[in-house]
Amino acid sequence: MEPFTTHTGTAVPLRRSNVDTDQIIPAVYLKRVTRTGFEDGLFAAWRNQPDFVLNQPEYKSGDILIAGPDFGTGSSREHAVWALQNYGFKVVIGSRFGDIFRSNSGKSGLLVALVQQSDVERLWDAVEADPTVPMTVDLGARRITHGDLQVDFQIDDYTRWRLMEGLDDIALTLRHEEDITAFEASRPGFKPATLPVRTAG
Amino acid sequence: MGRTLSEKVWDDHVVRSADGEPDLLYIDLHLVHEVTSPQAFDGLRQSGRRVRRPDLTLATEDHNTPTLNIDQPIADPVSRTQVDTLRRNAEEFGVRIHSLGDKDQGVVHIIGPQLGVTQPGMTVVCGDSHTSTHGAFGAIAFGIGTSEVEHVLATQTLPQARPRTMAVNVSGELPEGVTAKDLVLALIAKVGTGGGAGHIVEYRGSAIEKLSMEGRMTICNMSIEWGAKAGMIAPDQKTFDYLQGRPHAPQGEEWDAAVAYWKTLRSDDDATFDVEVDLDASTLTPFVTWGTNPGQGVPLGEAVPDPSAFTDEVDRSAAERALTYMGLDAGTPMRDIKVDTVFLGSCTNGRIEDLRLAASVLEGRQVAAGVRMLVVPGSARVRLQAEVEGLDKVFLDAGAEWRAAGCSMCLGMNPDQLAPGERAASTSNRNFEGRQGKGGRTHLVSPAVAAATAVLGTLSAPADL
Ligand code: SF4
Repeated sequence: MEPFTTHTGTAVPLRRSNVDTDQIIPAVYLKRVTRTGFEDGLFAAWRNQPDFVLNQPEYKSGDILIAGPDFGTGSSREHAVWALQNYGFKVVIGSRFGDIFRSNSGKSGLLVALVQQSDVERLWDAVEADPTVPMTVDLGARRITHGDLQVDFQIDDYTRWRLMEGLDDIALTLRHEEDITAFEASRPGFKPATLPVRTAG
Repeated sequence: MGRTLSEKVWDDHVVRSADGEPDLLYIDLHLVHEVTSPQAFDGLRQSGRRVRRPDLTLATEDHNTPTLNIDQPIADPVSRTQVDTLRRNAEEFGVRIHSLGDKDQGVVHIIGPQLGVTQPGMTVVCGDSHTSTHGAFGAIAFGIGTSEVEHVLATQTLPQARPRTMAVNVSGELPEGVTAKDLVLALIAKVGTGGGAGHIVEYRGSAIEKLSMEGRMTICNMSIEWGAKAGMIAPDQKTFDYLQGRPHAPQGEEWDAAVAYWKTLRSDDDATFDVEVDLDASTLTPFVTWGTNPGQGVPLGEAVPDPSAFTDEVDRSAAERALTYMGLDAGTPMRDIKVDTVFLGSCTNGRIEDLRLAASVLEGRQVAAGVRMLVVPGSARVRLQAEVEGLDKVFLDAGAEWRAAGCSMCLGMNPDQLAPGERAASTSNRNFEGRQGKGGRTHLVSPAVAAATAVLGTLSAPADL
């Protein structure tokens, strides 16, 4: 994973609430077996609507998404994160997210910046007033800057540290392999195993 | 101080904890399916890692498998590739798999309990948000993303921040004709789709204790629809009776040891929850959704709400958009809404009890002209059991379609989809825009309402027949 420290780009205001993962990428687009190529499915139902924000020329090259509340609720599909990343998004800003979406983002290197809904409204207004103004998201300082506007965002320390270091979770966990082995030795014997196979015949 | 059920189960699975870091949690059971696993197995391959505990891992094919002609190769080449990829990965990494055509194939959350691999006091994960279903047994069960699937495959653990605790106290008893599905839909309408975020919820109280294991699974299944990390119900005699004799249930002395442990899995009397919500089951009636998230629901006897009645700006605009998408006018009685399709199935309501309930309503009646009804058992064994009981005949005689097991129209990844503008009463769990097919309109209902709706062609309860 690439380390993430700070990102400067342009923002896209998505003025909708409850954009669940079925809206971010519908199920019919989930059939690929790679982590790439999901950009075509991103917001698929809205992409052919001329007034959809991603179809506005001024937002075409945006790479910071400012979402409404309850973004990424619903299914556990990490494809939602990949679709956003494949399309080019580096950061999603919002006031409330689905838990699994947020966790998936952290694992894949998409920064989810949590702010107050009043700050979302301020950022929406500022970006719509002038979409060309660059926005900077500074993970070290936990700060979003857009022209004169500054907004602090929240992210938990552990995810922030991992993103800034670009660390692979599995390698981190395997540093504690002895603890895992010791834990396994203490598991009760009645815990089920899937092997050998037993079925009702 | 006393501990809650979820705290007890959590504490029993902490491999390692350190200040400022999430706990490292041991995973007792990892369920795998074709859609969220290919990139995870690929990751293992690229980094030269193995599956640490194939004996705690179980794979099945469910999300994009067809429900017709299952003895033939899958027609859609992309779906076929995904299923073939899972089969190859299972073979290469030594993971048990139940493939299409196998008696133990089915929706991942139906087959775990059915095989008896889901038991009280476990941690269960799957790359699917409705993993919360398994919480009905007193397990901590939650959905994970593909990176986490890879993490569990490689390490059998997951780093997890400790969630907050919540209790939903459901007093009273459900009135005749009101089901677990109605209860959970009413709960979500009350607390909102984000109401449970960051919490493990324990459902408790007299109404929950009276529910069958199937009903408890329906409730826990929909925990994610109000944002909860997981839903749990303390195990009791019903839980033990359900498990005893299942293929992977403990036997002999191990059974006794297990039950002794399971009996400790209750929230202590002096335990405190971060949040408590109260609900009186005896006031509930059949409940249906009108909008495009599971929180947008009303009792069947009410009407489509007027968006201007919502005081919250976000709720109001969401309601306006939902009504446009759903093609509904404010004030229309829910009972006047005509449907084109009825879907009975999914991990929410695709168990044998759900099929029995729907069949009892359909017996001797006909699906209305112009309505198609799809009955999709949650697993191959549910299908076989239903056929032993003659339920398939009831459905077929009524004019419904009797299909093979899988997720089917719950998410429309296979050919079972709604057409644009088509309206469905569905026993599944999500009424999101396009969930059951692009432009499709979904009303979430119980199996009893689904069956009555099929007969009358408009949203109805069995009492209307
Ligand atoms: S039946 Fe529906 S909710 Fe359940 S696992 Fe399948 S797609 Fe997900």
